[in-house]
Amino acid sequence: MKELLLNKMLPTKQNLNIWRVGFFLSYRQIKRANIWTTILIVTVMALTFLNLVVVNGVLVGLIQGSVEAHRTRGTGDIAITKLTQKTEIENTTDILNVLSSLPQVKDVATRYTGSGSINADYRRKLRQDETPNRVAGTIAGIDPLNEDKINGLSRYIVEGSYLQENDTDGIILGATLLYKYTPVESAGFQTLKNIKIGDRLKITVGKNSKEVILRGVIKTKVDTNDFRIFMIESEAKKLIGRNDVNADEIFVKLKDGSTLTDAAKVQQILFNNNFDSGAKIQTWLEAQPKFLSDLISTFALLGNLIGSIGIAVASITIFIVIFVNAITRRKFIGILKGIGIDPKSIEISYIIQSVFYALTGSVIGFLILYGFLIPFVDAHPINFPFSDGIIYAPLPGTLFRALILLITTVIAGYIPARIIVKKNTLDSILGR
Amino acid sequence: MTKLKEEEIINKVQHSAKESILIGDSWKGKVCQIGDYIIKTKGLTKTFLDGSKETTVLKGVDLNIKCGEFVSIMGRSGAGKSTLLYQISLLDHPTSGEIFIDGLDSHNLSSEDRIKFRLHKLGYVFQDYALLPDLTAKENVAVPLIMQGYEKDAAYKIAEEHLTEVGLALKFNNLPAKLSGGEQQRVSIARAIAHEPTILFADEPTANLDSESSQMIIQIFMELNKKGQTIVMVTHEDEYGKMSDRIIKMKDGLIV
Repeated sequence: MKELLLNKMLPTKQNLNIWRVGFFLSYRQIKRANIWTTILIVTVMALTFLNLVVVNGVLVGLIQGSVEAHRTRGTGDIAITKLTQKTEIENTTDILNVLSSLPQVKDVATRYTGSGSINADYRRKLRQDETPNRVAGTIAGIDPLNEDKINGLSRYIVEGSYLQENDTDGIILGATLLYKYTPVESAGFQTLKNIKIGDRLKITVGKNSKEVILRGVIKTKVDTNDFRIFMIESEAKKLIGRNDVNADEIFVKLKDGSTLTDAAKVQQILFNNNFDSGAKIQTWLEAQPKFLSDLISTFALLGNLIGSIGIAVASITIFIVIFVNAITRRKFIGILKGIGIDPKSIEISYIIQSVFYALTGSVIGFLILYGFLIPFVDAHPINFPFSDGIIYAPLPGTLFRALILLITTVIAGYIPARIIVKKNTLDSILGR
Repeated sequence: MTKLKEEEIINKVQHSAKESILIGDSWKGKVCQIGDYIIKTKGLTKTFLDGSKETTVLKGVDLNIKCGEFVSIMGRSGAGKSTLLYQISLLDHPTSGEIFIDGLDSHNLSSEDRIKFRLHKLGYVFQDYALLPDLTAKENVAVPLIMQGYEKDAAYKIAEEHLTEVGLALKFNNLPAKLSGGEQQRVSIARAIAHEPTILFADEPTANLDSESSQMIIQIFMELNKKGQTIVMVTHEDEYGKMSDRIIKMKDGLIV
């Protein structure tokens, strides 16, 4: 193999002839081979390519879907939250003013939060042995319109309807708080049972309580939404007992097409204004749960392991195909050598055939992947309980995998060709 | 390991380790003069090892063939005819003895030299045609020419000329599967002579052909020989052997 590569680098006349004859033989072998055999081999290559990319892509996409959900339905591009030692985001008004002046900022939403509970049985007397139909949760006061611009929450209503901006009595519950969507029976985890849209519930925060009407149920597969009770900002502030203007959470959405770098630039602007002394300012990547980053690398490793099995299968297939081809043509190979054809030309012809199969299969796989699979899954994500799975296949990674497939295929084709070509010329001619 | 096996291995290693002596292009253009000796062997022996059994097929053959001769090597099966042909056509290495071909001592030729020499100076016609099934008649003839450095179109042109010479003007683009046995053998001859070799070797070229096709093949050989082509043919058929200039009879590994 090294000889062949060295020969390639030394364009002497003889070396050029060796390659010319190699191409000549391979082109005609491929052209006149049995069409169904060629289709079969190319299909194996295409499937191997897809296996390499899609398995890894789905496994990573499973988590990437969750990452994407956290960004698009949870934190936005920039998440501003309370510092641990603070009770609110200081200088909220100033922060909002600076954000509104930045051209790269598209939308901003604020939330006012507090811990409380929601009770479905408050109207009747419970028996002594009866467990109240009650659940603890975080109340989040929102501006429904702004919130929808950031997170698109209205698209994730699974029952009922979204909050209207003047609906002082309405609430939306996160699906995780309902037994219907989270059928878990556990002493440490309560859910509300047997409630429906339109039911009256009682929210209690400290000494304050309020009767509310369930307008809708939301399921975004993001914990910061699905574990919460949403109501309009003014009612939440009353309940929580807040009359200041400082928010508990600010989510920022940048213009479409913005990257992590753009988010980091906006973050830096906020840092430059010293807002980080009164608030935690994070890009979406920094705000994403750590377990997601850990899972991505674990799943990527799993995907690569599974993909490498596919590579092994494809390599063995090519090895067998070339070996059978070469061994059945051993006599002709011997005759070619006998009449003076350089053995390297014959080896090159088999390498070119291997390259043809790998390249053609990869191109077909590429077209299937980017032309159909990815757009289809993007439009119809795989419905996992904790995320909408996508196929994560960035171009550089895909090209790298195609290169791996090509290299292993070339090696798998070269080895059997060399074994047969190296056999004694006369023995090959005579079939000894 | 027997002494013979050891010698065989040393022989092969020595040949492959040799540096090329066929430098440049001048050796390619050397033309033999009619009457000069083109092939000379001295004490040529060839022994095969089959497990622990040694079989000596050639037992010290002294042979001289002149430039422009049409020589038939004949004898019963197992006499050593084909084995002799393979030695003098550089397809095999003798166990001992000397071979001089076109003035060169074969012992001085490296493996690379042998390939080059076979490509430029020798032509081969095998018993079973030996055409590549994926290549058309024209392509089969053109492959060695492209290996020599001809551009594809030039190689095709030469191929077509020689295919016409052997009566296959209408079969340039036929695959071997679409050719009869006689036609395939004629393609094989066209391939063997396309580069105007110094010597044409033929191993039982008519063995798989009917009499009409066989006559045609021998006729082609005779016409080539009239033009000065040196031909060494192995055959077991007396009537074709008699058409050559000289018959070399072999028996039990020796020329009789």
